[in-house]
Amino acid sequence: MAELTVEVRGLTKRFGERTVLHGLDLDIAPGEFVALLGRSGSGKSTLLKVLAGLDTAVTGKATVDGQVSVAFQQPRLLPWRRVWRNVVLGLHPVRGRDVALKALDEVRLADHADAWPRTLSGGEAQRVSLARALVREPGLLLLDEPFGALDALTRLAMHRLVEDLWQRHRPSVLLVTHDVDEALLLADRVLVLDEGRISAEYVLGHPRPRTVTDDRTAVDFNRVRTKVLGDLGVTERATA
Amino acid sequence: MSVSTLGAPVRAETNPESPPTAKKRRRLPDLRRWISPLAIVALWQIACGTGFLPPDKLSSPWTVLQSGIELTRSGELGDAFVVSTTRVGIGFVIGGAIGLVLGIVAGLSRWGNFLVDPPVQMLRTLPFLGLIPLFILWFGIGEEPKIALVALGVAFPLYLNVHSGIHNVDSHLIEAATALGFTRTERLFHVVLPAALPNTLVGLRQSLGIAWLSLIVGEQVNASSGLGYLINNAREFLRTDVIVVGLVVYAALGLATDAIVRLVERRALQWRS
Repeated sequence: MAELTVEVRGLTKRFGERTVLHGLDLDIAPGEFVALLGRSGSGKSTLLKVLAGLDTAVTGKATVDGQVSVAFQQPRLLPWRRVWRNVVLGLHPVRGRDVALKALDEVRLADHADAWPRTLSGGEAQRVSLARALVREPGLLLLDEPFGALDALTRLAMHRLVEDLWQRHRPSVLLVTHDVDEALLLADRVLVLDEGRISAEYVLGHPRPRTVTDDRTAVDFNRVRTKVLGDLGVTERATA
Repeated sequence: MSVSTLGAPVRAETNPESPPTAKKRRRLPDLRRWISPLAIVALWQIACGTGFLPPDKLSSPWTVLQSGIELTRSGELGDAFVVSTTRVGIGFVIGGAIGLVLGIVAGLSRWGNFLVDPPVQMLRTLPFLGLIPLFILWFGIGEEPKIALVALGVAFPLYLNVHSGIHNVDSHLIEAATALGFTRTERLFHVVLPAALPNTLVGLRQSLGIAWLSLIVGEQVNASSGLGYLINNAREFLRTDVIVVGLVVYAALGLATDAIVRLVERRALQWRS
């Protein structure tokens, strides 16, 4: 196994006059869960597209060891394919229903295998999207705000599910999110992206599963949260 | 105020009850809707019977029915039916292929769009039924001008719908497919074309409607066979009953092809329901 799943050196991306990524460096170790926070326009999506191989018009070096899978904010299922066919979409050569069913079972949707994507709820569709990403046994799983469009309760359940799947399959994960608490709950390492560079890094070695309200971690989490929010240009009220 | 606050929940409660009854009604068509059409046919029959409507203006429904049976028995109607359906069939295949291919080319490639779309959009504004004199000069008075007219009428609606269907494919789906390792060809067949299918089927329905219309107009010109010939020939002999039979067959053919496309739609677009 390579020493690093992701190795990015001096990555620069320009859109005309505007420089979105500014000589960015990033390492992700095998099996590491990294959360990437940043304001809108900080270059998060661009970095993700580069890592996903969707944007190759860049300078610098970006290598990924192994298969890359993406789960987007919207599930992006093909509406004219039944759920199980959507799951095996990214397998080349195409493989059968049993593979799909196994993957769907992991996201507890095996009984929806023959449903049309339109009939699923937002959370269910997002779980299918996760199954589709994981069935490829990726070395790197890119999560582009995959919980952003879900309601609060569904989001909590999804956090648990993602952590669970990550521990079972052990891909490296890069989670792009706006939600600081989500990053604190899930990540081994939290990165803040600002003006096209990694501007801050926090390593979280807390035992899992974590909760924000856990007494042992609450003080620590509050400290990191305040710092991260500061990095993002938000100052918390003292009374909050 | 109390009325309105009471009124809202009552309405909300009765609403869930109404869909089943509506469904039942759709399964068993409301017979009351048949009263006026039947009355009109009855009046028509009476008007003919009393001599108010002379047969050289309009034959009675009963006479029309009898002529229909007569024409079917003699094989005249069957022959005309085959000739006309063949014309529409050939014209539809030619025009459909042209519309489909041009729509895909213009929808998929930027240069295709630059080169194909402007002339098609310009030609589309021509009243194509007005091209008959030119078509007669170009193709004579045989089968060719009739088929060409059908093909022309079919090509435009199909082109427009295929073009816009491909143009409006959700770019997010294409991006997701790319991230899953799809090649350009795979994206075309698994994402772009299926996404354009609903629009294509809409275009198909419009095309078929226009195909029959073009045929009817085309067959008024110097036809020596087909339904149009049957009708024109009947006019010479003041046989209004035969004219009406011809019209009814045209209408039935139009309805039948529309029903076929709707059936295809229901099967191919299951995922939308």
